[in-house]
Amino acid sequence: MSATAPLACKPGDYKSETKPIWCPGCGDYHVLMALTRALAALGEPPERIAVVSGIGCSSRIPAYTTCYGFHGVHGRSLPLAAGLKIVRPDLTVIVASGDGDGYSIGGNHFLHACRRNVDLTYLVMDNHIYGMTKGQPSPTTEPDFDTALTPGGTGVRPFNPLVVALASGANFVARAFAGNPHETANIIVEAVRHPGFSFIEILSPCVTYRPDQRAWKDRVHAAPVEATDDAARAARRLMTDDGFNLGVLYRGNRRPYRPAAAAVPCDQLELEKGFEI
Amino acid sequence: MAETTSVSVAMVGSGGAGVLTTGAMLLEAACAAGWNGLLTRSVGPQIRGGEAAALVRLATRPVECLADHVDLLVGIDWVSAQRFEGEIALAPGSLIVSDPDAGPPPAALATAGARVVELPLAQLTKANPAWRANMIALGAAARLLGLDEHVLRDTIKQHFEAKGEDVVTANVSAAQAGGRAVAAATSGFRLAPPLCSNGKRWLITGNEATGLGALRGGVRFAAAYPITPASEILEWLAPNLPKLGGTLVQAEDELASVNMIIGASYGGVPALTATSGPGLSLMIEALGLATAAEIPIVVVDVMRGGPSTGIPTKSEQTDLNIAVYGLHGEAPHLVIAPQSVTDCLLATQWATFLAEATQAPAIVLSDQSLGQTQAAVSRPADVSFIGQRIRAADFSAPYKRYALGGSGISPMAIPGTPGGQYTADGLTHTERGIPTSSAREHGAQLDKRRDKVEGYAYGALWATLEGEGEVAVMTWGSLTGVAREAIARARADGHEVRLIAPRLLLPTRPVEMAAALNGVRRLLVVEQSHGAQFHRFLRAHYTLPQETSVLHRPGPLPIRPGEIYRQLTEGKLL
Repeated sequence: MSATAPLACKPGDYKSETKPIWCPGCGDYHVLMALTRALAALGEPPERIAVVSGIGCSSRIPAYTTCYGFHGVHGRSLPLAAGLKIVRPDLTVIVASGDGDGYSIGGNHFLHACRRNVDLTYLVMDNHIYGMTKGQPSPTTEPDFDTALTPGGTGVRPFNPLVVALASGANFVARAFAGNPHETANIIVEAVRHPGFSFIEILSPCVTYRPDQRAWKDRVHAAPVEATDDAARAARRLMTDDGFNLGVLYRGNRRPYRPAAAAVPCDQLELEKGFEI
Repeated sequence: MAETTSVSVAMVGSGGAGVLTTGAMLLEAACAAGWNGLLTRSVGPQIRGGEAAALVRLATRPVECLADHVDLLVGIDWVSAQRFEGEIALAPGSLIVSDPDAGPPPAALATAGARVVELPLAQLTKANPAWRANMIALGAAARLLGLDEHVLRDTIKQHFEAKGEDVVTANVSAAQAGGRAVAAATSGFRLAPPLCSNGKRWLITGNEATGLGALRGGVRFAAAYPITPASEILEWLAPNLPKLGGTLVQAEDELASVNMIIGASYGGVPALTATSGPGLSLMIEALGLATAAEIPIVVVDVMRGGPSTGIPTKSEQTDLNIAVYGLHGEAPHLVIAPQSVTDCLLATQWATFLAEATQAPAIVLSDQSLGQTQAAVSRPADVSFIGQRIRAADFSAPYKRYALGGSGISPMAIPGTPGGQYTADGLTHTERGIPTSSAREHGAQLDKRRDKVEGYAYGALWATLEGEGEVAVMTWGSLTGVAREAIARARADGHEVRLIAPRLLLPTRPVEMAAALNGVRRLLVVEQSHGAQFHRFLRAHYTLPQETSVLHRPGPLPIRPGEIYRQLTEGKLL
């Protein structure tokens, strides 16, 4: 966090004038609200923050903030953000993704981002559907959910992102609900402050292709237990929960990624000496 | 005994027999004695137990390619040596050093007129268990070449110092025994004394030179995913980047490595990755992103035989098409090809400079035969190409990251700069970076990105242009040195032949190429590609003389100077 007095501290200071392309009623509006509130609470000026994303409805979020943004290619937001954060540790880097971008095409990067533990905050807006391509199943879609691409459902077991994150070494794991922007904002603040790779799965309803998700607001509930720093215990809880308990579920204490420093710095001419005959 | 200005040695054996070490030590010792030369490795895909050859050419002057024939073939064993058929060509006067206990040299390599010199490797190592066959062979080769015994001893010492005195002593005496064993043989060739060279000389591989070029050009971040034959670039950078305050990160795959360097470059740090064809295929989408979002990056492709996994350990010039045309949509970018081991340094440094200057991705097309060749070279000159993009500083009006007008190069705001916030986007965008699908905005940004790359003043480095006359050889990349040697032979016969080798393949330079071809009536295009990719590329973009012929074939057999020379003479170009 910046030691100097914050230049901007109202949520509105972090929201750009660009009008979102999201459908009316989309959960992502609330995620944007939660994010701008969190950024205001953190007090870092917008130019010290970068929001990096891939492709999909959720990944449109960088341009809706007043921060530096990068809207990259499908599935690759995490490595792009890691490259940025490693060379610019002074910046706060937030990565935004969705269940298709983050868990399907970007699944491998998710595992390795958790392992690598670069100090990033990863927000995945999960609506169990590909919205931008008009309603195909994602890795978190229920197996019997009928779509044009998979008549009768996929028949494939959904992905459990939180357990995968724990198994892969994420340093902070939480679940939030877009419909609770205040709680979500608090979790984002905590995630940004927590060192290392922080992962927040945000249930963000798609009212267009998943109108049934309007019922999520009645299903979500606060996690009945406190967060743990024991990954095995957190994983056991997450393997057996109903998928709707919210809050910080795991706070780890792994050392964040630090690039190797040279034992003996030198200049270019010194390096060249190794080639001399 | 006749003295020659160039001698070629091939050492062959099973993978793990120490063939490559032996070749490297022979080159080191010869360079320490004042000669020049190079070492190219030819190996099978196996780590151990496959076939391996160290192809060493020693010369009085610096050389850039292998010779047509091998003068001295040393078999540490002949287990898989028949696999080098075609790759190792002997001449009637060649010598074959062979262990009688290992059976006769394979018929595939033997040539009528080549003589066999016996070297009882098995017998010697049996009698002296501390001796290793490759060190005995090294001593024998050094003796037959007329290499000073003391220089060889010093090289062995230097090489094995860290392993203790016993190892040094054993290896020195093994090499001496090898020398004694062939003392009675006459080689029929002896390398003339080295010419005095002024200034510092280096022994460096193309891959190391690429890494050093990146650092000289200002690269301070690299992302790495291992692949043959590019890994040595990354492995050289790994310990050396941090010494200059930079960072190398191993990525989970090539999709990650290229996106990591885009992220780092967006953060203001010149960034590079290195790969080979399969990796470049995976990086193509992100190269399009870097083009659209105008993020400078450098991707080095050390080409190998393709398609698919192809021949990972051997060279080909067949990634030209994907490098030039592989990106979807219209994506003006840079493609730059180094022309020699030394030029790997300059080309990579220049590519870094150009990427930064034009805010576009640059692909450097090296190949296995450059990357994994170690050569004695004069210390490359310091050139002032240090990558530096134009940074945005004035934010009095709302910042337009992709502002139109002028050269098309628009100042870039670096995260952390107040007032410069924008979203870099692969979506078609407005001047401010806002996504749009307007035909007008799309056209304007396409124009901008084309103009900035095509309109840049690249200067004389765009191509190597040598010689005069009505006949020209046009080639690229690693074949430049081969063509140069062929042309030198033609010149020695009294024929004038030009050499035209574009270093900058993309953007194309129609005006400069027309000038280079002015007066050329007969053209020979030379390339290592089954489908003649380079010739097709030239035809698509340039006007070639009516009398144009093509010498092309796939890898892995390298094209030799003699083949080009023959094509010039027998093809009636001269």
